[in-house]
Amino acid sequence: MSDAVLAVSGLTVTIGTRRGPARAVAGVDWSVQAGQTLALVGESGSGKSMSVLAATGLAPRAARVTGSVRLLGSDFTALPADRRRRMRGRHVGFVFQDPMTSLNPVLSVGRQVAEAGEEHLGLTRRAARTRAIELLDLVGIPSAAQRVDAYPHQFSGGMRQRVVIAMALACEPDLLIADEPTTALDVTTQAQIVELVADLQQRLGTAVVWITHDLGVVAGIADTVAVMYAGRIVEQGPVEAVFDRPGHPYTSALLAARPEPGAGGGDLVTIAGAPPSPHDLPAGCAFWPRCPVRGDARCEHELPPLVPVAGAHHVRTFYPQRPDGEGR
Amino acid sequence: MSAPTVSPSEGQLRRAASALRHDPLALTGAAVLVLLVVVGVAGPWLAPSGINDVDVDRMLQAPSWAHPFGTDELGRDVLSRVMVAARVSLQVGAVSVGIALLAGVTLGLFAGYYRGWVDNLLMRCMDVLFAFPVLLLAVAIVAVLGPGLLTAMIAIGVVYTPIFARVTRAGVLSVREQVFVRAAVSIGASDLRIMRRHVLPNIAAPLIVQTSLSLAFAILSEAALSFLGLGVQPPAPAWGRMLYDGRGFVTDAWWLGVFPGAAIFCTVLAFNLVGDALRDVLDPRQLTVNEARRSTG
Amino acid sequence: MKRGEVQVPMQRGSADVVAELDDLRVWFPTSAGVVRAVDGVSLQVRRGETLGLVGESGSGKSTTGLALLRLVDPTTGSVRVAGQDVTGWSRRQLRALRRRVAMVFQDPQASLDPRRTVGSSIAEPLIVHRLVDSSAARRRRVEELLDAVGLRRDLADRHPHELSGGQRQRVGIARALAGEPDLIVLDEPIASLDLSVQAQIMNLLRGLQRDLGLTYLFIAHDLAAVEHMSDRMAVMYLGRIVESGTPAQIWREPAHPYTAALLSAIPVADPQVERERRRVILSGDIPSPVDPPSGCRFRTRCPQARPDCAETDPALVEVAAGHRAACLYAGEAVRAMRVS
Repeated sequence: MSDAVLAVSGLTVTIGTRRGPARAVAGVDWSVQAGQTLALVGESGSGKSMSVLAATGLAPRAARVTGSVRLLGSDFTALPADRRRRMRGRHVGFVFQDPMTSLNPVLSVGRQVAEAGEEHLGLTRRAARTRAIELLDLVGIPSAAQRVDAYPHQFSGGMRQRVVIAMALACEPDLLIADEPTTALDVTTQAQIVELVADLQQRLGTAVVWITHDLGVVAGIADTVAVMYAGRIVEQGPVEAVFDRPGHPYTSALLAARPEPGAGGGDLVTIAGAPPSPHDLPAGCAFWPRCPVRGDARCEHELPPLVPVAGAHHVRTFYPQRPDGEGR
Repeated sequence: MSAPTVSPSEGQLRRAASALRHDPLALTGAAVLVLLVVVGVAGPWLAPSGINDVDVDRMLQAPSWAHPFGTDELGRDVLSRVMVAARVSLQVGAVSVGIALLAGVTLGLFAGYYRGWVDNLLMRCMDVLFAFPVLLLAVAIVAVLGPGLLTAMIAIGVVYTPIFARVTRAGVLSVREQVFVRAAVSIGASDLRIMRRHVLPNIAAPLIVQTSLSLAFAILSEAALSFLGLGVQPPAPAWGRMLYDGRGFVTDAWWLGVFPGAAIFCTVLAFNLVGDALRDVLDPRQLTVNEARRSTG
Repeated sequence: MKRGEVQVPMQRGSADVVAELDDLRVWFPTSAGVVRAVDGVSLQVRRGETLGLVGESGSGKSTTGLALLRLVDPTTGSVRVAGQDVTGWSRRQLRALRRRVAMVFQDPQASLDPRRTVGSSIAEPLIVHRLVDSSAARRRRVEELLDAVGLRRDLADRHPHELSGGQRQRVGIARALAGEPDLIVLDEPIASLDLSVQAQIMNLLRGLQRDLGLTYLFIAHDLAAVEHMSDRMAVMYLGRIVESGTPAQIWREPAHPYTAALLSAIPVADPQVERERRRVILSGDIPSPVDPPSGCRFRTRCPQARPDCAETDPALVEVAAGHRAACLYAGEAVRAMRVS
């Protein structure tokens, strides 16, 4: 897609560890357009974070990354390291899970928000400070002009995450990467942050890649969603299609595993076992050993292709769930 | 309280062993230590001649095939004396570090676990001990108890107690905040049980490292005390004492000082090499594969 | 250690109340001032039920749970377990208390000693309280417990790092079951687990309760999970219970504005619902427990706060049978929030 802000195809990440190579991400394709939100959903170890880190050139050094990444139309992987760093700094903003570790405890929040502007936009110190106050105001920090000189420990968790968002937005990025940005926050604070990002996105037209394990958050923010399992996308498509008509047994099981409020206390639908280790992936469908549908020998030995079920809705399975959304 | 047992998990020891195997320096150090133990145990039988075989006909002979390390002013074989003295050094290392380990770990455990006034009292005492120059303190203790191998070992043990107390306390302070310690409290385990079963095994790694490093320093201290005439008494051989006796002959009989000195040097270096390697391997900050996987989300 | 612990007779309390807190306050002195972590909480846990305790960080829900094992010292108020006032118990007596009340922690990785095998972690309560007299009997009991929590028996010889997160939490549950406690305090038992594993653990806990007649205090920040697990539940805010009742009462007719805001903040995994939904977005953050607001503690963030909320500290009063709320305008405020 030509108008994609970020598009990855065939992205594969292999990490060398003491126990040998681990395939964290295997042949992942996705893209995100301006003003749109792509949600990457999966459990820990599914490769959702690693695929984004690798796409933006932030994978750990032990990782071997292959595949193509296009950022704003240019071949990002082909750029020399220095150009890549500058391009990332200028066009991509990051918000990570823990706002305390994303902020430097010995610098004032204003300094940290101003830094990117000085570095990438060539602002003077004074102009960058004014801009920092504007940004802090934009992300809803009350009396930003006074609090610009405060230090991270003087802020609550939610306010810190707002500061991190201000930092991420400092260069008016075309793309915002949000890696579990609300996981460490309380639910009422989470609602504030989700609303803030949605509002900023509408105003600034930023593309957002939101990494999360929380399907409820996905339902509220995403335009498209990609469900990952053991390094591969198992289901992908517009958010309504995926939630209303989940085609992969894993997606439907995840949707059913949440207690439905007000539904009373029957047993929850569970998925037996635990996700496989990236060192020791099953030969065929990685979900097969835990799958409630369980298919046949083909599932065990042959990797199912990602096939379209309706329009942009794709599912990686030999046995798509029925369209009436069985299992919900 | 019974003697604290330091037992890291099998997995960790296995990992340590395999890592050491791939580190040539540590391997060399370990080989030297093995040789030292063999010589220390079997020295009197392996030695080419008796350590007190005085022979005025062959006084101060330079190294030769018959006497590879030469002979001293009484015509005794230096190689034999260096070999037999290895036992003294090992004995001093083991006993004095044993004393320091037992006393230091116990004190550090109580100080770190109970905090408050217990901690203040014990650790201020340790600070006072720590403030004295090591050798001065040892000399003072020997002066009170009288010279000899046993007092030298006690003195060195006392001198190294504060180090173990501090290493232990630092470890206890971090481990006692762990949830599994709170979990042990929550099931009603006694303080002694928690200290022995949960805290101590989890601070074994830094203690093992400290032990190997302290062994080197203890041997060096014994050499210094013997050099000053406060350790092993003649005619029993000790490396420090031999160094002292050889100092008058530096110009005409260099071998009297060089070989015992080299023995001290090699032993200390070997302990340090192994200790450093152990520190790298047992470092609790090293991620396990599982944790590394979790952090890649 | 001497044999023959202080024997503490445990008699059943009236109306089968297993544990009871009465006007409990737990204050911690810090350099910033006195933190009022729990500031006047009363609750009863009845035999065989699950009492859910929900609240955000800083609400005092975990401290309340710790107080039931006397892992924190009450500043004022009382703690009663199995009909006995344990508020003033000595360290020695407390060890016996901790057989009656067991705890499961949030992070199963951190709550198991990495150096000990799974079997020895599970067996620890048996050893500490001398519940078995031979190592063969101990082994048998550990195997029984592993069976009960759905783990293979051969896992007894493994170390925690060899297990998955869900398996580790099952070990934590087996350890809590070992002493056959009257009450199990579950402190965020599913919060650090993956979604698919959370459901397994919730089913396991409910199944064990059915089979063994267990009593739970289920503490979590996840309102949907608490609602699913509990027979009765209480919502905490800044050291106080602001609302209590059955999950159905709280879900359908929240009477306290905070509960209503909390409910509206929970995302629902349905894009249509999410799109049409109008959230009550609370402004600002939870105030400091060092200096809580006067009157109603929620008034600084309450969309329906009125002038007298700053003056009167609302008591927890009954709004329907078994449903209580601490709001001067209980019910009315929530209705007003829905209209506006």
